[in-house]
Amino acid sequence: MGSAVRLVVLSALGLFILMPYIWMVSASLKPTDEIFRASLTLIPETFAAAENFGRVFARVPVVDYLVNGVIVCGGILFFQLLFAVPAGYALAKLRFAGREFVFGAVMLGLLVPPHVPALPLYAGLSALGWLNTFGALIVPSTISVFAIFLFRQFFKSLPDELIHAARIDGMSELAIVWRVILPNALPAATAFAIFSVVAHWNDLFWPLIVVTGHERATPALGVLYFRTEEAGDDFGALMAACAIMTAPLVLAFLVAQRRFVEGIATTGLKG
Amino acid sequence: MQGVSLQGIRKSFGATAVLREVALDVPPGEFVALVGPSGCGKTTLMRIVAGIETPDSGQVHIGGRDVTRAHPGARDVAMVFQSYALYPHLTAAQNIAVPLVMRRLSLLQRMPFLGGIMPGSRAARRRIQEDVAAIAAPLGLTPLLERRPGQLSGGQRQRVALARAVVRKPAVFLLDEPLSNLDAALRVATRREIVEIHRRTGAATLYVTHDQTEALTMADRVAVMQAGELLQIGSPAEVYENPADIRVAGFIGSPKMNLLPAHVGDDGAVRLLGMETGLHSAARGPVTLGIRPEALHLGGAWPAEVAHVEYLGESALLHARLGETEIVLRAEPGLRAVAGLPIQIGFGHALLFGADGKRLARHEMAHA
Repeated sequence: MGSAVRLVVLSALGLFILMPYIWMVSASLKPTDEIFRASLTLIPETFAAAENFGRVFARVPVVDYLVNGVIVCGGILFFQLLFAVPAGYALAKLRFAGREFVFGAVMLGLLVPPHVPALPLYAGLSALGWLNTFGALIVPSTISVFAIFLFRQFFKSLPDELIHAARIDGMSELAIVWRVILPNALPAATAFAIFSVVAHWNDLFWPLIVVTGHERATPALGVLYFRTEEAGDDFGALMAACAIMTAPLVLAFLVAQRRFVEGIATTGLKG
Repeated sequence: MQGVSLQGIRKSFGATAVLREVALDVPPGEFVALVGPSGCGKTTLMRIVAGIETPDSGQVHIGGRDVTRAHPGARDVAMVFQSYALYPHLTAAQNIAVPLVMRRLSLLQRMPFLGGIMPGSRAARRRIQEDVAAIAAPLGLTPLLERRPGQLSGGQRQRVALARAVVRKPAVFLLDEPLSNLDAALRVATRREIVEIHRRTGAATLYVTHDQTEALTMADRVAVMQAGELLQIGSPAEVYENPADIRVAGFIGSPKMNLLPAHVGDDGAVRLLGMETGLHSAARGPVTLGIRPEALHLGGAWPAEVAHVEYLGESALLHARLGETEIVLRAEPGLRAVAGLPIQIGFGHALLFGADGKRLARHEMAHA
């Protein structure tokens, strides 16, 4: 009985939070005149999905945007893990002079909003001639102090004896990081990957600064271009564009969510 | 010399000295138990041998090589941890294979995907699998090889940890309280198993425990540690019958040896509660008389008072007050005595310790 009530309350809350998204999907299926009709209906009377989605694919290089998004998000995540996992390990488990100072610097880094270094970064990338490249989109985000902090906290909870055993078994510190620490930190890594990919897939601020034109545009920028250049007041097509750009994220999240839960259930760290 | 050799090992954590000038040799094939109360530095000493800790001063030699500052992986040591420290994300077979994979395969051969196509990788991996299977079989692990540590019981994990340690035939085999997480029955069975593994591998084995029964039953030699010092090292019989130090006497043996304040007069006669014991010593002044519970007997010169009796089945422990001290006497199991009952006691074999705690030579044996 209690669980039924909980389910109803949670479902209502979930629906409420998802409402804009649901309305977006619904609008992407309607013809323009129906969207602006006073009556609010979710199910369209006449389906205009083909027209709306067709217009998006016809007018902007949607596939290019999505591929760009995958390259940029994948690249950022790859480098973030490449740097943050060893850094988190060193801060959590190695003893070296200045460790507390370095950790303090990481904490300080958490306080700096990303917009503050935007201008110097732009100037630097411009001097390198990197504007309008994947490098400009990826490089500034490769070192995530949040990731370093998150991994450091998680690695602290891994038993020291595991690391000692790995050393005795002949592993180098890097082998320990990739062969022992990361596989046992998959829940934390998955959680971070969700944060990172969502943030950078949806990021408009940075691509807008370093990218001009369709060639290197990320999905969020693509939606913006489509709105300003093509759609005008064609809301059906605009909503279709939004639905397309967010679809990979929704799918990726659903897949990762299962993995996330699995990861927590099977690691059994109390080995 | 081969095996492990430790010289002048000192280690402090902050202001606390954990090890003070410890020297210890373990030749190949020998099983040495490091025993002492918690916090005596025995685990730290083992970690120094393993290379997990570095000593502040002193040297560690393994197989004749100075490895004081060498990486743990370069020392040819294997260790079983108290918590077993198995890799939770790997199956039992993969866990056991790790030391072999790290040593026999090159960096490229170990790579995921790429490793499979490197030359020689296939054959090496097959040999590793064969070695894992050969180690696992006598430990009864064969049906468990595909399980992860989370799906194994404590005893099974312990076996996997043992298998992982011995699979590459190390020169030195370290065990850090490996039985403390097992239940009593399993502990006794695993004791024998570990000794057998030791015999098979012929490694120099160092076994840390706070349980003197484990130390006495398993080891060729027992090293008794206390407060960062190695007090005595000798065969189990030697440390039990011939303790060099009052702290060894008090630690080894259960129930503990009775340590009674006595006095040596100017004539050299040892007196307990003013009565001559028949023992003589070259020392003068206050000494301590050490008497095992089984060396005490009823009917003697000293008056005592029963405190209580513990029935153990094969014997009974009589707790009594003798002057200011409480003593324990091992008696026949049929003994019945009520608290407060006055009794007379005497003793046979006794040891003498000087005021500094060191063992004193005993000039004469006598019965009171």
